[in-house]
Amino acid sequence: MNAILTAIGYQSWILHALIWLPVLGMGLVLWVEEERAKTVAFWWSLGVFVLSLGLWWVFDPNSGAMQLQTSAPWIPAWGINYSLGVDGISLFMVLLTTFTSVAAILGSFNYVKQRQRAFYALMLMLEAAVVGVFCATDLFLFYVFFELSLVPMYFIVGIWGGERRIYAAIKFFLFTALGSLLMLVGILYLFFKAKALLGVPTFAYADLLQVPLTLHEQIWLFSAFALAFAVKVPIFPLHTWLPDAHVEAPTPGSVVLAAVLLKMGTYGFFRFVLPLFPGAAMQPTVVTVMLTLGIAGIIYTAWVAAVQPDAKKLVAYTSVAHMGFVVIGVFALTVNGLQGGLMVMISHGLSTGALFLLLGMMYERRHTRLIDAFGGIGRVTPWFATAFVITALASIGLPGTSGFVGEFLALLGTFETHKIMAGFAATGVIFAAYYMLPMVQKVFYNPLDKPESRAMKDLSHREIAILAPMVALMILIGWYPTPILRRMEPSVRAVIERVESATPAATATSEPSTAPAPNPTTDLAEAREPSAARRSPGEAVDASPGTRDHGAHDAAHPMTRTTS
Amino acid sequence: MLLTGGTAALQAGTEAGSQSGAGAFVPFLPGLVVLLPLIGFVINGVLALLHARASAVAVRNGGELDLDGPGGRPLTHTLPTWVGPGVVGLAFLITLVNFVRMLGVHLEEPVVRTYWTWIDTGTFHVAAALQLDQLSMVMMLVVTGVSFLIHVFSVGYMGDDPAYPRYFAYLNLFVFFMLTLVMASSYALMFVGWEGVGLCSYLLIGFWFTDREKADAGKKAFVVNRIGDFGFLVAMFLLFSRFHTLDFVPVFHGAAAGLAYGGGLITAITLFFFLGATGKSAQIPLYIWLPDAMAGPTPVSALIHAATMVTAGVYMVARSSVLYALSPVGSATVAGVGALTAFFAATIALKQYDIKKVLAYSTVSQLGYMFVGVGVGAYAAGIFHLMTHAFFKGLLFLGAGAIIHSMHHALHHTHSHADAQDMRNMGGLRKYMPITWIVMWVATLAISGVWPFAGFFSKDEIIWQAGAFGGAAHAPYPRLYTFYWILALAAALLTAFYMTRLMVMTFHGPNRTGTEESRHLRETPAVMWIPLVTLAALSLFGGWINVPEKLHQSFLGLFGALPMGEWMHHWLEPVTAAAQQIQATHLGAVSESAPFGGGEVLWGVVSFLLAVAVIAFAWRMVGSRKYVPAEESPADTGFARVLNRKWYVDELYDTIVVRPLKSTSRFCWKVIDAGVIDGIVNGLGYLARGLGWFGSLFQTGTVNTYALILSLGVLVILGVVIF
Repeated sequence: MNAILTAIGYQSWILHALIWLPVLGMGLVLWVEEERAKTVAFWWSLGVFVLSLGLWWVFDPNSGAMQLQTSAPWIPAWGINYSLGVDGISLFMVLLTTFTSVAAILGSFNYVKQRQRAFYALMLMLEAAVVGVFCATDLFLFYVFFELSLVPMYFIVGIWGGERRIYAAIKFFLFTALGSLLMLVGILYLFFKAKALLGVPTFAYADLLQVPLTLHEQIWLFSAFALAFAVKVPIFPLHTWLPDAHVEAPTPGSVVLAAVLLKMGTYGFFRFVLPLFPGAAMQPTVVTVMLTLGIAGIIYTAWVAAVQPDAKKLVAYTSVAHMGFVVIGVFALTVNGLQGGLMVMISHGLSTGALFLLLGMMYERRHTRLIDAFGGIGRVTPWFATAFVITALASIGLPGTSGFVGEFLALLGTFETHKIMAGFAATGVIFAAYYMLPMVQKVFYNPLDKPESRAMKDLSHREIAILAPMVALMILIGWYPTPILRRMEPSVRAVIERVESATPAATATSEPSTAPAPNPTTDLAEAREPSAARRSPGEAVDASPGTRDHGAHDAAHPMTRTTS
Repeated sequence: MLLTGGTAALQAGTEAGSQSGAGAFVPFLPGLVVLLPLIGFVINGVLALLHARASAVAVRNGGELDLDGPGGRPLTHTLPTWVGPGVVGLAFLITLVNFVRMLGVHLEEPVVRTYWTWIDTGTFHVAAALQLDQLSMVMMLVVTGVSFLIHVFSVGYMGDDPAYPRYFAYLNLFVFFMLTLVMASSYALMFVGWEGVGLCSYLLIGFWFTDREKADAGKKAFVVNRIGDFGFLVAMFLLFSRFHTLDFVPVFHGAAAGLAYGGGLITAITLFFFLGATGKSAQIPLYIWLPDAMAGPTPVSALIHAATMVTAGVYMVARSSVLYALSPVGSATVAGVGALTAFFAATIALKQYDIKKVLAYSTVSQLGYMFVGVGVGAYAAGIFHLMTHAFFKGLLFLGAGAIIHSMHHALHHTHSHADAQDMRNMGGLRKYMPITWIVMWVATLAISGVWPFAGFFSKDEIIWQAGAFGGAAHAPYPRLYTFYWILALAAALLTAFYMTRLMVMTFHGPNRTGTEESRHLRETPAVMWIPLVTLAALSLFGGWINVPEKLHQSFLGLFGALPMGEWMHHWLEPVTAAAQQIQATHLGAVSESAPFGGGEVLWGVVSFLLAVAVIAFAWRMVGSRKYVPAEESPADTGFARVLNRKWYVDELYDTIVVRPLKSTSRFCWKVIDAGVIDGIVNGLGYLARGLGWFGSLFQTGTVNTYALILSLGVLVILGVVIF
């Protein structure tokens, strides 16, 4: 596979293609006639997704550094470059984006009836912007994409949304735009510091990483960045825009919003907040505050979700709870915690994305989302019920689904550093059952006593085509997440190492323009000796040769974070 | 992935165990034992989806799918009959082969087969690996064997149900998860089975999901179990933070070598694990879901809520014997909760009228005994009772199923709405169902502890061990264990009473079903009574494989003539050896006599005589009472009412947990979220708008106004500058 991809020069153009092909698709969609817009948009986005799959093979799982880097000057006078790259953190976000776009476009065929060309063009624009966010390695470029993604979403909610769409759209826009303005100030501050240090203007991520910052500066900048991302995630108590946006957004809007837009916030913590301001991120007060907010999100929003009469609002609140697991995973500052957080992001993208699609299908049939309006529809829509129940179970983290792997690792990682906090967070598994199961029961079980429900149709072929891959992925990842975890690990380790080495001397002496991530291979080699010795005697039992799928890398499991 | 990965892994799986002694244990396709039920699930699942799609069309058109229409039953309805029991039967045969192979060798260390790396973050590694040792072998035999019998029984019991293929899909999935639970080589993978069986329990309790009460019961089971699962999770995190692995072998070696006896960490680990066990195995305070779980089809109650799933907690404690042996507080809690539950649940069983509810509380009570066993370090005795209980309680539930099946049939004929499960509507059934009657008596004598039935040996050993443990040289809380011993003895007497009451009310005395209805009462078909008879044989002879040594030599063991005395004890020795050694070191030898004197044989005879006496007493007392059909019966009064209403525990939980949680949730939503947070957000919005409005006041468009403001501004600035 790799040889074929190299032969067509895949590595050099793929990231550009993933951003510019959707843009090209916009033109195409606007150009064809109204009725064909959806078909064109679907096939186009499917093509982009298939192209993006090659990333799986060309990505080097042993490296934690940025890969497939390309760069072209954009505004040389300010040192702004159009530079892209992916690492183990962004790789899956990119794939999730291209995948979700296909599902969301296919899921809107029946939902969107008016101004179809404009709608599908905006969906493709959204895809381009979000891929850009995950690939940008220049902070200015990142900011542009970050803000750009607001525009199509604003219109999608504002034009194709429900009754209170204007309120929701404005609330969504103001919340996130206000947050990111602070980040812009932070980026500019870093820019001027870097310029003073290096003598040349630069917005390059790798360069800004080298800027030495006092703890005082770090705390201020951390606050600015963290606030911007916290709104996006959203972290309690900045979450109230999300339920409104979800309820008013059309199905595809909700799907993309939940599956990828929220991830831009959590991604920001992985990519920028921790590596740029490690000193601040290590501050016990900061960690305590962030963990507390994460736990509040997990428990509080689970409670609020449980009493929602509107199924869509319920799922919207559960998104906040899921993101709480990401937040605690991040601020656990352990390898397990960070990888758990990333897994929750992937799993949430799949399961909550699918839940919104399913709720959309429900709405198309009955034109209501009120839980009490249903009951017993498992009798007439068995396939729909099956897909829904599996997705709901993945969402509440049942072992054997993707949801479990993420939540388990996030909690495990948090427990390594903060036992009591993780204990509180773990009660989230109880409250997840408390919000999800009654909804499932009231919709699919109980007597089939409403005539409108009795007439509901089961899944169509198109709907099966959307849901089947998502359900399959939830189960597949639940049983075999290792290939994904393996690709994340070096990058996550690099973040952890950067945070842990955050003494002022370390940041000041490192040379500019060196890659931010220390080479993880040498790192593993160093760690191998002691960790091999620490392995407990019985470990040999299952470490039989030939059964583990990634030999040398697997041979040692260094505990990078000896409990401090 | 599972299928292909699994089969590929079957070949790739390598053996990594080590053993000493003559010959090596070579497992025979252990992966297939787990995989077969999964294959069954996939096939039945696909059939169920197709079947449901067809019946959904009928429902949408306002009718029901006609199973017995022209052209016979659809293939989707007939294939599961072969696939469902077939895969489990095959799994049982493969397990038998493995068992025979293991019999021939002395296996000191478990054999672990690794199939693929499940989770690997670099600092946390857990493989999809199965562990074969004496303990998992016993569990595999019980799970596949009893499951197979109950699958066969289900063919008769559920054959006419419109959702028959879905039933077998769930049942196969359950067996898959249950085998994962007992064969996993790490706590993490065990947890997959642990929650997986919970899922299947949820799906099967609410199998007839359009009945609100049944759907509620399923949900309750899931949520309550999740409280326990929270404990399991925290216990795993604690283990990981100490050992950096969740694999059994290294954890147990590490714990035995490195953990302080009675330390805080080990106490916390064992207590959190036990919280998980109280959920899954229905002990105080989380037992409340199990009686409600009787809403499921009766074979499900037999398989999941009596024989297998609910014993998972006992298995888990026995599996973690090293950890519990290291924690006197943890063990005392296990035994104490077990003893209390055994007694408390038995009191409720005394006054229930629903035949399945009696058996449900009986199960809760018997599970309590198993926890007493594993809590006093008698791990083999706990597992032994687990096994015999699987036989006789599985039999009791299947027998109850046969009765209900027959009652339904009879009531259906006259379109009566009388409760087919209420024992007040039964009576005198022995005339109509002689086979069921006999096998149910076998099970009743077994559970009541009558010699030489299985329950006598297994229950008696637990009670004895509880007493003997309290008399150990350095027993941590001797008085407490004496109390446990008394509770266990008392519960045994209650057991004999409520079981005799059940038998008398259903099978003896005059029939109360109704004259017209009673003509249609029938013995069950062979596909149902053959499993019953098989289980009856096991309930009779199953106890003989582990007759305690002292009894074995006495007349209770026919002076050594009963074969295989202490067999299970010896069989499990390699698994429990480490725990026994810890106990021997810290507690010294256990007592040779019960708390108030008397040896094992004497107390064996005493408990046997007491059981017989109680049965005779109950026979006379219940037999002399004149029962009338449920609808004509007056409500219970006084203490009987308290027992009938289950000590009002459900009501208590509703008041102190469920309703406060709901009102807190509503408060969070209405007051905090919509009021405070959005109030501030919208307030800021209005503030911005208000400022804008204020500013707009000056934008009048009149040049005069602008000139006035300009002049005023100049004056102010001048004023500031000058003064």
